[in-house]
Amino acid sequence: MDFAALLLSGELAGLTSALLVLLGLPIAWWLVVSRWRWKFLVEAVVALPIVLPPTVLGFYLLTGLGPRSPAGRLFAAVAGHPFPFSFTGLVIASVLYSLPFAVQPFAGALAGVDRRLVEASYTLGVSPLATFFRVTLPLAWPGVLAGAVLTFAHTLGEFGVVLMVGGNIPGRTRTLSVAIFDHVEALEYGAAHRTAGLLLAISFAVLALVYGLQRRPFFRWNER
Amino acid sequence: MERALSFDVVRRFPGGPVIAARAEWPLEGGPVTVLFGPSGAGKTTVLRALAGLDPPDQGTISFDGQVWFDAGRAIDVPSQARGVGLLFQDYALFPHLSVRANLAYGVRRAATPERDARIAELAERFGLSELLDRRPHQLSGGQKQRVALARALAPRPRLLLLDEPLSALDAPTREVLRGELRHLLEHAGVPAVVVTHDRIEALALGDRLAVLAGGSVRQVGPVHEVFSAPADVEVARVVGTENVFPARVLGRSDGLVEVRAGQATILAVDPGGLAEEAYACVRAEEVVLESLDGHDSSARNRLAGTVAARRDEGPLVRVTVECGLPLVALVTRASAERLRLVAGARVSAAVKASAVRLVPRNS
Repeated sequence: MDFAALLLSGELAGLTSALLVLLGLPIAWWLVVSRWRWKFLVEAVVALPIVLPPTVLGFYLLTGLGPRSPAGRLFAAVAGHPFPFSFTGLVIASVLYSLPFAVQPFAGALAGVDRRLVEASYTLGVSPLATFFRVTLPLAWPGVLAGAVLTFAHTLGEFGVVLMVGGNIPGRTRTLSVAIFDHVEALEYGAAHRTAGLLLAISFAVLALVYGLQRRPFFRWNER
Repeated sequence: MERALSFDVVRRFPGGPVIAARAEWPLEGGPVTVLFGPSGAGKTTVLRALAGLDPPDQGTISFDGQVWFDAGRAIDVPSQARGVGLLFQDYALFPHLSVRANLAYGVRRAATPERDARIAELAERFGLSELLDRRPHQLSGGQKQRVALARALAPRPRLLLLDEPLSALDAPTREVLRGELRHLLEHAGVPAVVVTHDRIEALALGDRLAVLAGGSVRQVGPVHEVFSAPADVEVARVVGTENVFPARVLGRSDGLVEVRAGQATILAVDPGGLAEEAYACVRAEEVVLESLDGHDSSARNRLAGTVAARRDEGPLVRVTVECGLPLVALVTRASAERLRLVAGARVSAAVKASAVRLVPRNS
């Protein structure tokens, strides 16, 4: 068992999920409340990673944030190391790649909160931002949790982006999925079996959790 | 300047109706104004515009000398700053909060002891003291309504808005709560605007009636006045062919109530829940006109009088008989000719006790 790869994958997935909660919630909220006529373009951009081959995203990230681009030089100056083959680079790529897997469940959950509760809050003198934290989020959190968990699972399973951006440096960018690729390349089927089985088990457990969350409300107040 | 609520709300719905409602009424002289009209007349549009939830396309709204909305001057005071309490149709209680937290929601800024005192006071007044730790889903319809009303009143609003406050309840509960709601509104110490399409609700809750039809306000006035003297045909159609008279209970016997309305004494079936004041309502279709030398009949109310007015409406004739109160009867043209119902003619109006509907006016 490749514990370094398991640890790295867990770390990457955890960090990506946490960042996407922070980043995805405002985006999802904006998508729900905005009446801007070109909003659909933003929706399409957010959904792009669902259909785009990971290699395409990885390629653009490498050229866009590589050492020869201005943005890449800025990245290197701030982070202290170049973008490619770094863990930070992996996190950025993962966040972008998993964006729709977070934003779409978030938006669904936020949109599912009864509009009148929000309006009731407004008439009671509470600002839109405070209303978001006191009414919308507490009622939408099962969906938010589902989105975060889905992001976690999706990041665990990503391969193409990791390989493109991170390469295969043990302990730094060698994740579980890359490890499996290595094992198979080296004809180590036993090790590949163990790692693949683990990934299968984790992914199944996580997805079962997501669907379980959505099927049965955690609390009786969600029964309407 | 007189304290008043005035609005001129214009709203266009794409492919739908155009709402252009304009009215004004004083804040004194009866706290409850009912916005009454059929669905689609624009009642809810006006209510939501007053609450600041949906801005009108054009127009102005001002309350007690303060401009809340003026499209021309780009003024739109947000809901948060208007000081309105809104009671939603299905009450919209926060499902994740206890009753106590629901009541406290709008008074969060106040210092804690002050807030606790306010909650205790409201809980006491609305009979919620035992329910403070419950969640909304554990409450009955009537309890939810009281929580929602108390929650709306907690931050001491300047105007209370109620959207179809009784429609979420089942029929028997609604009967009971109508009187209770009137009592609560009357003692809330805040002017209220109630939206309803229910005639009985309008009578039971309102001091003043604003009739909406086809997107505009057609008539504003004291409830019984609007019912008995509709300004035009449209208003008459909306409020129904109803005789409405303020009445005072004289006595009860055998499940019947004797009330004094105008100069007449009328017998009616006891609806229950009556205090001293009520509205006596009789549909014009239910009034039978007879010649004075008339035979005996089962009708318990027979009022002799003179024809005060007559208006022909197609196959029917609307006859107003002055018999201690101006009673309107709707009869066929043939009957009107046979009884020679012209102004000044003597006639007797017969109304069954079961056709008189008493709407309690509890205070």
